[in-house]
Amino acid sequence: MTLGAIEFAAPWLLVALALLPLLWVLLRAVPPAPVRRRFPGVALLIGLRDEDSAADRTPWWLLLLRILALAAVIVAMAGPVLNPRHDVAAGDGRPLLIVLDASWASARDDRAARALLDGVLAETGREGRTAAILRLSDPDAPAFQAASAWRSRLSGLVPAPWAPTSEMMEAAAGMLPEGTFDTLWLSDGLAREGRAALLEALEARGRTVIREGAAPLLTLAPPRPEDGAIAVTAQRLFPGPAREIDVLAHGRDPAGAQRVLASLPLSFEEGAREATGALSLPSELRARLTRFEIAGQGHAGAVQLIGDALGRREVALIAGRDSREGLELLSPLHYLQRALRPTADLLGGTLMEVLPANPDAIVLADVATLSPDEAEGLRSWAEEGGTLVRFAGPRLAASDVSRRTEDPLMPVRLRAGGRSVGGAMSWGEPKSLAPFAEDSPFVGLDIPGDVTVTSQVMAQPDPTLAGRVIAQLGDGTPLVTRKRIGQGQVVLFHVTANAEWSSLPLSGLFVQMLERLSISDAGGVPAPGELAGTIWQPAEVLDGFGVLRSADTLPGVAGEALLEDALGPDLRPGLYEGEDRRIARNVMAEGDVLTAAAWPAGANVIGLERQAETPLMGWLLAAALLLLSADILASLGLSGRLLPARAGMVMAALMLLPDPSAAQDRPPEALAAEVTLAHVLTGDRALDDMAAAGLEGLGQTLFFRTTVEPASPQGVDLETDELAFFPLLYWPVTPTQTIPSDAAYARLNAYLRHGGMILFDTRDADIAGFGASSPNGAMLQRLAAPLDIPPLEPVPSDHVLTRGFYLLQDFPGRYSGRPVWVEAAPDAAEAAPGMPFRNLNDGVTPVVIGGNDWAAAWAVDANGNPQLPVGRGYAGERQREMAYRFGVNLVMHVLTGNYKSDQVHVPALLDRLGQ
Amino acid sequence: MTEIAAHADLRSRAEAEAARLPALLARAERLAGAVLLGQHGRRRAGLGDDFWQYRPVQEGDQRRQVDWRRSARSDAEYVREREWQIAQTVMLWVDGAASMRFASAAALPEKADRAQLLALAVAIVLDRGGERVGLSGHALPPRRGKAQITRLAQMLGAPDTDADYAAPDARGLPSRARALFISDFFGDLDAVRSAVGAAADRGVGGVLLQVLDPAEEAFPYRGRAIFESVGGTLAHETLKANDLRDRYLERLAARKDALSDLCRAAGWQYVCHHTDASPQAALLHLYRLLGEGAR
Repeated sequence: MTLGAIEFAAPWLLVALALLPLLWVLLRAVPPAPVRRRFPGVALLIGLRDEDSAADRTPWWLLLLRILALAAVIVAMAGPVLNPRHDVAAGDGRPLLIVLDASWASARDDRAARALLDGVLAETGREGRTAAILRLSDPDAPAFQAASAWRSRLSGLVPAPWAPTSEMMEAAAGMLPEGTFDTLWLSDGLAREGRAALLEALEARGRTVIREGAAPLLTLAPPRPEDGAIAVTAQRLFPGPAREIDVLAHGRDPAGAQRVLASLPLSFEEGAREATGALSLPSELRARLTRFEIAGQGHAGAVQLIGDALGRREVALIAGRDSREGLELLSPLHYLQRALRPTADLLGGTLMEVLPANPDAIVLADVATLSPDEAEGLRSWAEEGGTLVRFAGPRLAASDVSRRTEDPLMPVRLRAGGRSVGGAMSWGEPKSLAPFAEDSPFVGLDIPGDVTVTSQVMAQPDPTLAGRVIAQLGDGTPLVTRKRIGQGQVVLFHVTANAEWSSLPLSGLFVQMLERLSISDAGGVPAPGELAGTIWQPAEVLDGFGVLRSADTLPGVAGEALLEDALGPDLRPGLYEGEDRRIARNVMAEGDVLTAAAWPAGANVIGLERQAETPLMGWLLAAALLLLSADILASLGLSGRLLPARAGMVMAALMLLPDPSAAQDRPPEALAAEVTLAHVLTGDRALDDMAAAGLEGLGQTLFFRTTVEPASPQGVDLETDELAFFPLLYWPVTPTQTIPSDAAYARLNAYLRHGGMILFDTRDADIAGFGASSPNGAMLQRLAAPLDIPPLEPVPSDHVLTRGFYLLQDFPGRYSGRPVWVEAAPDAAEAAPGMPFRNLNDGVTPVVIGGNDWAAAWAVDANGNPQLPVGRGYAGERQREMAYRFGVNLVMHVLTGNYKSDQVHVPALLDRLGQ
Repeated sequence: MTEIAAHADLRSRAEAEAARLPALLARAERLAGAVLLGQHGRRRAGLGDDFWQYRPVQEGDQRRQVDWRRSARSDAEYVREREWQIAQTVMLWVDGAASMRFASAAALPEKADRAQLLALAVAIVLDRGGERVGLSGHALPPRRGKAQITRLAQMLGAPDTDADYAAPDARGLPSRARALFISDFFGDLDAVRSAVGAAADRGVGGVLLQVLDPAEEAFPYRGRAIFESVGGTLAHETLKANDLRDRYLERLAARKDALSDLCRAAGWQYVCHHTDASPQAALLHLYRLLGEGAR
């Protein structure tokens, strides 16, 4: 049934909507649940009868809410679909065959194709037609089944990493089921043999619609080494507007993990099908490359795996004479090893040991004579592509090698003796290098000016000499010569490989020259004939999306087939491992060109996009749930159980939670600007309030009586607050407070060392005689244990605390007569009359410990009246006055240090001055 | 620990309430009948500290009673008389039943809390005036002093019964004393009648203070509900609570009228106080009633 843009899958369920009015009546009849209320006046209610026996009715809007929720459920169950699709083929009941190219090129549109298939299958199911799916890249006889069965298998239909071959297309054409059917062909848009024939076969059975994705198809051609860089070429199916793409070079990092080593931006000109760029990488990075990939493409054609083509070379180093021990820098191989080790795998040993390893290059440093076996082995190795690099030296200069006739393993004939220039016994200046010729492999390398040659072996002039010189000195004498031997070459450096004859091995040019010779000038894909009879095991293969998968379960591939056969289920693109190398097989081979599929003029080709159909069932069910939730809230609200008051209280409580960061509520500038007395926050609210009130009272006293005018006191959280602003910390001790953290103690110790003072108050009248037997005393011991506190003694009668501002005998708070402990005077200080204190911390004791509950005695309320009584009557007020005086003395002591104690001696000092 | 803190809290709040009133000199109704000495004069000669008058020596006066200094200034001999001072006794009863532990909103105090606060505030005012305060029902004999206030605060703070409703206890009322009964008076009215009657029989006058929650005055309930007493012993179910409102209010008014009639008959005073009103106003009212005729 269709209702405007909405279609119902099960329209007969809508009949249930007729039941809604009945439900209205029913719901209206059932009263809401009673609310239990506490009410003392119930005694007056007893005996009262309800006048109206009918219950209080459910309000109409609540009924409407419930009815709407139910209606939403009923409509949802009827399976409504917004914008249902009817665009496959007419609904005349014919089965639908879906043909998929399912190639790597389909992967770029996989998401759109999947959505399309899902919608088409859903629609086919609604129309009651059967469906079948035929994948051309992996043809399998299609069987018409219920569309929903295919729909559940959609996720398993992934594009293959190869393209359907013409054999596959033919096989598919032969598998077409009997009878008439409509066809939907999802094409990847690439030209392919056999398409036309298959289309013809399909159109013979029924209507055929071809759908092609419009997403641009970008592929990557195999990268080629070119002039020391790597040439990277990308092509696209349809020439379009100018476009920038990024080619990512993946490789192993030094730890062996795969990552993007480099990124090369390529730009397609407008209307161009190809874009090319060169990626120049250091040899080390280049040796580690594993694959190139066009960023963001997501299909196998945009990936190029790299086998050994760009990998490391094996280089064998062979010296002509045994190096003397310990002369590292004179070793003929030292500079070669240093130059080659970063970019090549070095082999050592004798020549006969090295040759079977088939290295890419062999370096002979000042090796003059070779045994016939060695010479023959070297020659055959070189003819198969080996690069032989020879260096001259005293031995070669003294030998007869290549003197009269050209040695097969020497590029030139040599004159006897060689020459020496610029030395102590010779004329002339050391020679420098001439610029490299155009046809030299070294062309383009910068020649440092400090590369000089003092000795060399000389080539015999020869008709072939000019063609073999690839580097020469400024006077035209050859420095490096080269000769082809079969597929390989032999290169002679006319100087030594160490720094004896020239400074060339010391320069960066040496490294670059070696790279040009032995590293980049090699490699490549082997010829197919070489691989005959070998079996290659897939190591990693690409899937259609261009992702590398493990290939443990795949069988090996014969060497002949590896390079030439078309890709298919038996030969997937990927890395294949042989005995000593890896060969990459990629989707796009050298020279492959993308061609767009050409469909016959009558074919019905449309894009993948379509108007999305929206199943409304989920939305309606969600709406019903929402409505029911609202009903719950409304019912609770109606019956008074929503408890807004209590909820509000919880909210208020949450908002009133103390913010720990607000303990120090004034900015540092304000704290530093005024004297601020501080107390340690213990976590006990009453105690903290009392401490604050006490310091407020003391502050007022100071304000009235002295020039100290402190700001209002500050609670200090030891864990978070900066202590440096406070001259005095009042620390009331309570057994319940938490021990500060180590960091807090570190800052407390720093505070004490830099002139701070802590007044510990156990507030227990010191009943236990300053010991651990009272809970507060025990707590004090635990609190103060990590503190850096000097030895203590009861305040001596001549202590500056007794005379800082007032003359005091004792230091009462709410309790009196108990000893107060301060830093002990050092023994030596006794000798100096009148200066009984160490001159430490400016003479201020870092701690004062007592139990007289001073804050309680100082505490004032907002009106300035004392908060707590002290003692009895006048004597008590006198005691409070003494407590204030102690506080004043204490603050004076903290702020002035031993100044006051010095003042005691002013008369004596004046007396002395007078003399 | 917390109980002590709660007592201290109750006391400090009561002190704060009491601090705002001048000392209350309770009315000394019966000068002759009372025997205990107090601080305020009875306008007649008797035992006391303050000078009252000189009178000529009469028969029966002992010689040491003669004020020689006064007598020396004239021929006759005089006796120095002092004003007779007496203290009034005020007995309190505060409903401790479950029905008092009710507050209709979180912002309102429970009725019991308000009742205790007012009782203690009155006790402090009276104590400051030199009166003796105690709890009826032999709970706390009348005494003076701070210690008595402390004891009073402790006994008020401890709920004494789990029953839903309680009746005033008129036992232990000294004759000629004054009494203050604080409750919501939702319980048995006859028990209140008999208690007030018993008190009146012993010459005790006083005040009935009815403390009500605003919800009990307004009955703002609707819909289907089961009303339960705070103790849980009584329950009443209704389908339409809003229909009950008028009849409930009628019954409440009748209850108030009955209490007021009872007080008028016994020479007592009836006061109604709501927990959303200021306790200060109630204390002033009580002060006026208990202090009436004091000067």
